[in-house]
Amino acid sequence: MRHPKSRIAAPVLLAGFTLALAACGENNNRQNSLEPHGPAAQQIDDLFIPILALACIIGVLVLGATVYAAIKFRHREGRPDNPKQVHGHTALEIGWTIVPALILAVVAVPTVATIWDLAERPKGPEVLKIDVVGHQWWWEFELPKQALVPQATKLNTKAAPDAPPTGPIVTATELHIPVGTKVDVGLTSADVIHSFWIPELNGKKDVMPGRTNRLTLEASEPGVYLGACGEYCGLSHAGMRMRVIAEPMDKWKAWLANISGPPVQGSDPKSPEPEAAKLGDLLTTTYKCANCHSFDSAQESTYGPNLTHLKSRRTFAGGAFELNRKNLLRWVKDAPSMVPMQSKQCRLFTLKEICNGMPSFTKDTPKGEKVMTDEDANTIVDFLLGEK
Amino acid sequence: MTAVQAPPAPPRGILRRPKSTTGYWSWWTTVDHKKIGILYGGLGLVFFLIAGIEALLIRLQLAGPNGAVLTAGQYNTLFTMHGTTMVFLVGMPLATAFGNYLIPLQIGARDVAFPRLNMFGFWVFALGGIFIYSGFFLGGAPNGGWFGYTPLTSMPLTQAALPGHGPDFWAVGLVLLGIGSVSSGVNFVVTILNMRAPGMTLLRMPVFVWMMLVVAFLTVFAMPAVTAALIMVFFDRNFSTNFFVAAAGGDPLLYQHLFWLFGHPEVYILILPGMGIVSETLPVFARKPLFGRSVIIFSGIAIGFLGWGVWAHHMFATGLGPVATTAFGLSTMLIAIPTGVKIFNWIGTVWGGSIRLTSPMLFSLGFIAMFTIGGLSGVTHSIVPADTQQTDTYYVVAHFHYVLFGGLVFAIFGGFYYWWPKFFGRMLDDRIGKLNFWLMLIGFNLTFMPMHILGLQGQLRRTYTYPANMGWDTMNFAATIGGFVIALSVLVFLVNVVKTARRGEVAGADPWDGRTLEWSIPSPAPEYNFAEIPQVKSADDFWHRKYTEDEEGRLVRLPAGGADDGASHGDGHGIHLPSPSFFPLIMALGLPILGYAAVYKSPWTAAVGVITVFFGIYAWAIEPGTAED
Repeated sequence: MRHPKSRIAAPVLLAGFTLALAACGENNNRQNSLEPHGPAAQQIDDLFIPILALACIIGVLVLGATVYAAIKFRHREGRPDNPKQVHGHTALEIGWTIVPALILAVVAVPTVATIWDLAERPKGPEVLKIDVVGHQWWWEFELPKQALVPQATKLNTKAAPDAPPTGPIVTATELHIPVGTKVDVGLTSADVIHSFWIPELNGKKDVMPGRTNRLTLEASEPGVYLGACGEYCGLSHAGMRMRVIAEPMDKWKAWLANISGPPVQGSDPKSPEPEAAKLGDLLTTTYKCANCHSFDSAQESTYGPNLTHLKSRRTFAGGAFELNRKNLLRWVKDAPSMVPMQSKQCRLFTLKEICNGMPSFTKDTPKGEKVMTDEDANTIVDFLLGEK
Repeated sequence: MTAVQAPPAPPRGILRRPKSTTGYWSWWTTVDHKKIGILYGGLGLVFFLIAGIEALLIRLQLAGPNGAVLTAGQYNTLFTMHGTTMVFLVGMPLATAFGNYLIPLQIGARDVAFPRLNMFGFWVFALGGIFIYSGFFLGGAPNGGWFGYTPLTSMPLTQAALPGHGPDFWAVGLVLLGIGSVSSGVNFVVTILNMRAPGMTLLRMPVFVWMMLVVAFLTVFAMPAVTAALIMVFFDRNFSTNFFVAAAGGDPLLYQHLFWLFGHPEVYILILPGMGIVSETLPVFARKPLFGRSVIIFSGIAIGFLGWGVWAHHMFATGLGPVATTAFGLSTMLIAIPTGVKIFNWIGTVWGGSIRLTSPMLFSLGFIAMFTIGGLSGVTHSIVPADTQQTDTYYVVAHFHYVLFGGLVFAIFGGFYYWWPKFFGRMLDDRIGKLNFWLMLIGFNLTFMPMHILGLQGQLRRTYTYPANMGWDTMNFAATIGGFVIALSVLVFLVNVVKTARRGEVAGADPWDGRTLEWSIPSPAPEYNFAEIPQVKSADDFWHRKYTEDEEGRLVRLPAGGADDGASHGDGHGIHLPSPSFFPLIMALGLPILGYAAVYKSPWTAAVGVITVFFGIYAWAIEPGTAED
């Protein structure tokens, strides 16, 4: 009977093992708090791992004692029915109160020191300041004018065309930072509470309406670090992801120059060219994209991500999808089929009320509104990708 | 009882007073603490099964990356309802079930102090639970998470932060459940402080009663904080108040302080009854007295006090600033000390014992082991910087399941196996019980142990899906398998219940050679509990009526059939018990009607609710506690 069983068991085990290995091999997790890539995350990890090890040792001892006692002192035939009646032991009680207290006191010292270290806000001209705004369900990043960001942009060009440029550069979903530079991040929310988390760079910090929390980010090596919203924020909380792209200073400056430049040539919806006029009509009147999105980095977004220089991003829709023509076409026509949205009513209303997320332009179209044609979708995607 | 004397009283008011104390209808009007305990237990188990099904659906969705079993909306509803159900409709009522049945028996009383309030508390719980679940059919089940952070839950429907009426049902439902819990808490406090048998000083009380006393105080003081918060949520949503609207000068963070000021004591409300249960079972099956009995009691009290000073450790990522986080980090470390002391004393109890590894003992030992793991991961949360990496990830999910499932649920199953014979007069099958235990232990660890790693590797809780290639697939799959093993273990328990209901071994009064007073009376406990109220001379009084110790601490059995053999004599003749009543049920019925009126803003429904509640209160007030014969 044994042979057939082991003949089956061995390949099954082997397959399982291979599968497990394969699962590990494919691991492309850049959202792993156990693999810190910045000083803050490193400091947390250096604090946590020894304490975790200590906790594991204590756990093994306590569990070991429990299991040992259960086996060693279990009632067996021939043993006396009743053990010696022990009611307590004062010295032991004092001992096992004081020893844990001492252990915790030892643990408390580096903990408190780290709390204060991490709370310190970086200062100086070499620090990059970034403001983050959490929205249901995407991240907005603003780079105000500062030593590292000399190219301020005009805020709200329509209202005051001659005003000097003062506004921040606005982008979404992907945050570029220079390697080895401390980034002083200000966090606030446009709606509900979110939590900003790039595990390999630092711990979480909540993103709340009405207050500005601060967090320091610094990447010690170039790379793409994934992050996500940590606080449940409604329907598409799971899709509210982001990435930090840390790159050498010169590459970062090139990125900055690109996104602070004018919108892609020949696609300015305000230009008088007939093709552009048609596009402008699609964006502002037919599908009302401009109600929520801005197409000019000089404008803070209203409700949806700023789409200027969209092509400079690798992902879109909260970082959930790779930015390519096929994905973008599907998105423009029917976003709710890709990410859950509360947007059935959105095309009926011009205000944010009663609406969250991007509506579908091919399904649930309200009376009197146009169902998006493939031709229009292609025109919009062409514009977004700057291909015309 | 002298039937000849008085003619039957004419019906007073509209409803003639119910008389039956047996049969189907008696359950609707019973004021007997034992029947109410069984009602709590039965309904708590039903909700446990519902919450379990919700958990299985969650695990099915997460079995692999990009799961498509549930939509995001369904998933959000399920995790909200799983949490809400397990905390408010399973953990608290099951603990209350044990408290209800056992507190009077363990302190030598014939009932609780306020039998009709007790009945009212149960019906409010039952109707409150049904109210919350009715949201599934009436335009929106709760979907804002079990702690319902504002402004997500408090934004008016028109702002669409959350779809549907879910938060309304949730807020109103929890307020109703709070009314039920506070009334049962008040009842327990008064019962324990006032109705102990002669000679039962506070320190002679069984540890389970002690823990329930602490729990009752915590409930009474914690519930108002959350009730205030929930009413503010409801007003912000429905009546345009601005408690949590930052733009209007409100503060969303205020809610978190109010919620966790309740929420953390709530954690102890859930775990202390478990600690009480194992403090009863361990000495019985180790055949040794509880090691450091008074230290365990005082640790429980210390936990009860310190539990008020740690709430902000749920908020380390909210930006409280280094002073507050330091303070709450340290207080959290501090609370680990009395908790650890309890664990060491339990091990001290079994150490050197003569251990009977019965099902209740296995569950109790499982409790110690699993709760220790949960406690230690809890200490790692007090390392504030590390907590900012752990919070809202699966690491936290693992932690609180080790505490609340590995802790409370294991203890409750141990309690079922231990007290089942007292509740129903028949033993649960011990071999099936062992199968139940091992399946639950294996399934539980398979489900939740990998979650520690998943969380540290970045998997966030409350996300309905996760991408492939994150290295999370295998462990999530294992967790799903584990979830079904737990389900199997619960199924085994149900089989055990059904199988032994008719054919189980008939239990005598004292099947385990118990230590506390409930074992001195027949099984199941007679309606009047004690024919004669016992005179208590020491802690573990019943045990000391059976055994004495020689000079070397060895047990010597006292001769049976002596003057004081511990058995309760008599047949309860001439004992006047509180009579059944309709009115607490009627008053409780009015509350969900008011709840629906609030959710749908319907003044006519509100009028019906108000009339029902007032009729219930008034009729209850003028009705004597015990009917005239």
